Amino acid sequence: MKIILDSTQIDKILDDLARDIACDLDRQQDVAVIGIRSRGEILAQRLSIRLSQSLGKEIPCGTLDITLYRDDLNSPKGQTQPQVRTTEIGFNIDDKIIILVDDVLYTGRSARAAMDALIDLGRPKAIKLAVLVDRPGRELPIKADYTGHRTDVAHDEVVQVNLTESDGKEQVFIA
Amino acid sequence: MAVRKSKQFKWHHKHLLGLRELRAEEISFILDTATGFEQVSTRLVKKAPPLRGKVVVNLFFEDSTRTRNSFALAANRLSADIIEFTKKDSSVSKGETLLDTARNLEAMGIDIVVVRHSAGGAPRFLCRNINACVVNAGDGFCEHPTQGLLDVYTIRKIKKSLEGLKIAIVGDIAHSRVARSDMWAMTKLGAEVTFVGPPTLMPARVDQLPVNVSYCLDDVIDKVDVINMLRIQFERLGGNPFPSIREYSHYFGLTVERMERAKSDILVMHPGPINRGLEIESEVADGKNSVILEQVTNGLAVRMAVLFLVNQAAAQSN
Repeated sequence: MKIILDSTQIDKILDDLARDIACDLDRQQDVAVIGIRSRGEILAQRLSIRLSQSLGKEIPCGTLDITLYRDDLNSPKGQTQPQVRTTEIGFNIDDKIIILVDDVLYTGRSARAAMDALIDLGRPKAIKLAVLVDRPGRELPIKADYTGHRTDVAHDEVVQVNLTESDGKEQVFIA
Repeated sequence: MAVRKSKQFKWHHKHLLGLRELRAEEISFILDTATGFEQVSTRLVKKAPPLRGKVVVNLFFEDSTRTRNSFALAANRLSADIIEFTKKDSSVSKGETLLDTARNLEAMGIDIVVVRHSAGGAPRFLCRNINACVVNAGDGFCEHPTQGLLDVYTIRKIKKSLEGLKIAIVGDIAHSRVARSDMWAMTKLGAEVTFVGPPTLMPARVDQLPVNVSYCLDDVIDKVDVINMLRIQFERLGGNPFPSIREYSHYFGLTVERMERAKSDILVMHPGPINRGLEIESEVADGKNSVILEQVTNGLAVRMAVLFLVNQAAAQSN
């Protein structure tokens, strides 16, 4: 197991991401942050707090469960049981700039599923993808608008993110 | 609202025939899954794609409003295609058997059969003879698993847990598949169940079931947290189980007067359809303790969860 990011680095990356996102946004623009369950939601909450501070206004945060939009439901190949969880977005997404947050961008299939899920919920003005880690292995033409850390790993290696709220520790490692 | 996380485990049942054979953990898993489906019915686009391209057949050999439409809507919400089969308009009138009916439909390419039949065991018979998933929508007096599931889902949503709850199920227990499915689901989730009704409408060997029995509603009404009123099923009764409808109502009807003696936060449930004024007074059915309409709403989320899970299990076993 090789640790590529520790808690201090993760913190700094989130600060940088928030700063980059805030730079691109107009103060007046209607923006919201939505995280993909389950670690994306934690990162989204942290990002929305930072963005609220930089932009001087409350940036709403929601949680998206993409299980129903996965493209592998009918061909599971021995994976763990897909668990349908709740989507909790307590605001209208129409005409908002949605910052979609996930922990690792790998094949791009989760982001594709998330976009389909969001479009069934309304019509955002724009969707921008922000990820903590970007690794090779894209299977769909998806790219992140905001990337925390780029890493090169072999095809059979897994990039795993641990966050305090979900795993009791903060680190990103290669398994 | 925090969702209780189930342990990671595999749902491997390609059929849902009854709740008796499910573990408590599996029942909880269905309920947790149903929670995730609720919002599909409340958001702008009331559709999600997991069963896209799948065909669900509603194979109903008995009349139904709630269950049948609920399954149809659940299938539609999951983007499945649905075929509606009613005995009245089918070749069953020409003598076609249950098995031939199902096999012929299967030959057209169907994935899930939702079956309601007057013969107990009919769904089990079907699943041994066809390849599609089978979901029991009520078989004879045996089980009505999705009703049991939506009943416990409704209780759990309001009371947070069934552990230690006292629940009374009142009415024609002998002929009630709802009572049986409820009993299995509720007892497995930790509730204490009491069957209430006249001795003529109690199952013969009720003492072998994991329930208490009472022949007097007044003894029980002030002690229970949930009361589920069953319909007197005139179409199923043989002989004269009670002297008159009025007498039945007097002793076993849920009246406004009895409600005054009940706990203030008691949940009043009924699987429907209601015989207003018979087993339950209108004011009670429409009153503040009644969750009868919530049961119907929750039924949709529960049935979506069931269709989703059996389809998943079938995909995994292929």
